[in-house]
Formats: sequence, structure tokens, C-alpha cells
Amino acid sequence: MLTVYPQTKTYFSHWSDLSIGSGPVKAHGKKVMGGVADAVASIDDLTGGLQAKSELHAFKLRVDPANFKTLSHCINVVIANMFPKDFTPEAHVSFDKFLACVSLALSDKYR
Amino acid sequence: MVEWTDFERATIQDIFSKIDYDTVGPATLARCLVVYPWCQRYFGNFGNLYNAAAIKSNPMVAKHGTTILHGLDRAVKNMDDIKSTYAQLSELHSEKLHVDPDNFKLLTDCLTVVVAGQMGKDFTGEVQAAFQKFLAVVVSALGRQYH
Repeated sequence: MLTVYPQTKTYFSHWSDLSIGSGPVKAHGKKVMGGVADAVASIDDLTGGLQAKSELHAFKLRVDPANFKTLSHCINVVIANMFPKDFTPEAHVSFDKFLACVSLALSDKYR
Repeated sequence: MVEWTDFERATIQDIFSKIDYDTVGPATLARCLVVYPWCQRYFGNFGNLYNAAAIKSNPMVAKHGTTILHGLDRAVKNMDDIKSTYAQLSELHSEKLHVDPDNFKLLTDCLTVVVAGQMGKDFTGEVQAAFQKFLAVVVSALGRQYH
């Protein structure tokens, strides 16, 4: 995401190294995917389950919600790259739908 | 005018020389119609698109997918003037086909996913950036003649 959409780097100006594979990038990537994995457990009430994270992104991190879509696309690409046989169109649509709902729930507290 | 680095030029030529148009084209269009079902509105006369299995085995989808991918050849061969290369195609999509230009991005996102699945570890972040930059220029050129 940071490489393909350089404008997203603006949120991480406090890191020393924004290159692919750098320490901060790897650690934060793991944290973010952990958050997405947590959302799976709240799949029947994403708004409720992600309320705290939404408040964090809205009031503290102030991430423009358009970026959730950008990150979702990159997650799709990486999953397709790592699991080419499993990421069928059916799997892709289910996964993309889930990420869109997560993005929506994450945007809930913005306004 | 779009500036291309040597890496970007080489990457685009490399990707398009390696992919099998008859596999990637159909897979891309089929994926687009499954993942973004509203795109089916443009293919009313393609017959059975009722579910993913039908879409994936539909011969008209396959044929058209290959056609679309070959349409990208023109941009690959004319990277320094994609805008005028696609002037006529842009008019066609606007005046005759009435395609919402937002759909171009959906299709190129699916193409990126399909190519990512094919290229394995060669599909690095830098390669993806070059590929998506190229596709963004194509999408922009295709949307230019809309009014």
C-alpha cells in the first residue's frame, strides 16, 4: 500500500523507515491484519465489535476513510498472490464484501 | 505527458509478454462480473450470468475478456501517448456503450488481482505500483471523451 499509493505514507511520517520489509512496516502490518482478524469474530455485529477501533481511527488517528478501500484492495492483491488457487472469484467477492463492511464499521464514529 | 521510469517501462513490457491472454482475459472479466455484480448491466445479451459458475463458463464472457485484454496492447505499444491512442475507444465507451467510467477501475482492480495470482513472488510492491500506474493512465484515457 505504501509503495503503490505513496499518499498513504503521510500517516507514517513518524517512522524512520517506510520501505517494504522494514521493521516498523512489518510490525504495523501485522497489527492491522490482527485487527481485521478480530473483526471476523464480530462478523454479525461489526459496528458494535469495531466501535473502539472506529473511535480510535476517527478521533485520534484521523485517517481519511477513503484509505480503508485502498488498503482493502492491497489486502485482496496480497491474498491472491499468496493463495492463487484458493482466491477464486467466489472467495474474492465474499472477502471483498467483508472488507467493505469492516471499512464501513470503522468509519461509523467519524460523523 | 506521463513520465515513465525505465523500471516501469520494462515491468509493463515484461508482464504483458508473460501473461496468457486467453487465460487472464476471461478470468479478469469473469471475476469482475462476480465480485462487482452491477457490472453485469452491460452484458444483458451475454446469456446465463446467474451465478459464479455460469459466469466462469460463459463463452461470450471468455471471448470478450480476451478482446478487452488485447485492447490493452495498444497502450503497451504506445506508452508515451496513451491519451490519444484511446481517444476513439473512449468515445465508443461513452457514446455507444454508455459505460460508467467508474467501472474501468473495477475491471483493472480485478486484472491486478488475477496477475498477482499468476506471478507469485515476482509480483512485488514495486511491480504492482508500476502495473497500477499504467492501468490508471489507461483508465484516465478511456474516461477522457465523456461529457
